[in-house]
Amino acid sequence: MAGPHVEGRALACKRGMATLFRDVSFVLEAGEWLAVRGANGSGKTTLLRCVAGLTHADAGSVERAGDFLYAGHLPAINDSLDASENLRALLALRGVAADAAAIDAALDRVGLSGRRMLPARRLSAGQRRRVGLARLALDPAPIWILDEPLAALDDAGQALFTQLLGGHVRRGGLAMVATHHDLSPPPVRELRMGA
Amino acid sequence: MNVVIESPGPAAPEGSFGAGFAWAFTRDLLLARRHPGETVLVVAFFALVASLFPLGVGAEPQLLARIGPGIIWVCALLAAFLSLPPLFATDYADGMLEQMALSPHPMPGWIAGKIAAHWMSSGLPLTVLSPLLGLQFGLDAATLGTLALALALGTPILSLLGAACSALTLGARGGGTLLALLALPLFVPVLIFGAGAAEAAAGGLSAAPHLSLLGAGLILAAMAVPFAIAAAVRIALD
Repeated sequence: MAGPHVEGRALACKRGMATLFRDVSFVLEAGEWLAVRGANGSGKTTLLRCVAGLTHADAGSVERAGDFLYAGHLPAINDSLDASENLRALLALRGVAADAAAIDAALDRVGLSGRRMLPARRLSAGQRRRVGLARLALDPAPIWILDEPLAALDDAGQALFTQLLGGHVRRGGLAMVATHHDLSPPPVRELRMGA
Repeated sequence: MNVVIESPGPAAPEGSFGAGFAWAFTRDLLLARRHPGETVLVVAFFALVASLFPLGVGAEPQLLARIGPGIIWVCALLAAFLSLPPLFATDYADGMLEQMALSPHPMPGWIAGKIAAHWMSSGLPLTVLSPLLGLQFGLDAATLGTLALALALGTPILSLLGAACSALTLGARGGGTLLALLALPLFVPVLIFGAGAAEAAAGGLSAAPHLSLLGAGLILAAMAVPFAIAAAVRIALD
């Protein structure tokens, strides 16, 4: 069976009259991760949304083989539900079966074991991000498209993300990550926006 | 021009209309149970406003019986409108809407699930309460029954049309006012046939034509609206 694969060909995107980026191409194969870098406003988020299919590119094409998981700026956490309910809803939405024990273990791993019954409005921005990390740990999607996954995370949280990303890539997954941080394992490919 | 060529690849979860519907329906009902205040607010508004009219108009039984069905319908319509603004806006604001749009389920599935849950927590309680409010206007048993039946058919249409307007105003500034300007005119046909059904019953005529038209409207709206909302959500997320 062919592994996951993501390819962008000559992508271009305009916002109003201004060209945000043009002629952006990249290829990603199983076991690789791509760091999307660039100054604020250089179009990183828009590029990721184009690849996920949320935003229409003005030119070019995206080819995606494999199930993917997109995590954007917004954490997709409902304030009224607690951490485990939010996590369960996010997983169930993508058809991932996870029992209560698996969800508890994942929340434990991201350091939310004492907070799992609190409504999410009582969680800090970093703790919301950690719910997202627990989702990454449980969702088997071979393709990750992540927008600033380290925002609001403390050092321990960043280490946890690095660990998850390393495991994902080792298992033959691929990831496309917009970030300003230097992560290990170092990205196999790097895309500079606005260059 | 944009081409996204997708192939399922290894271990892709299967999506279906039914699974998307069930997911959104159970989640939104859970949220409604978490915040019973919102449903209580809608019902209290309905009961309160409908009770003001007999006090304001005066206790003239004939007049009250004449205007009762129309007033109950207008109050139900406004009460149903109250709960519309957060229908998609909350999910849009916290990023859940884009996750739903990217899920393997077809968009109309979870959209229909959300609307069904919205009706359960707004239209259904209004329908159940309406005969009780009708008693204040001295409506007879046949009229009360027809009124409730008309509301049972009409309030899902209000939820559907209102949801479409709520999706269209996503991301717009002054969304609440814009929503009222968009939705209330669309509610007019429902109001006419809904109040007409009860009035016909009160006048001793058959309410069947009105109810049939409401039923037809409901089927039409249920078929078309989830697809229209899917398009609106895609535009809002782009």
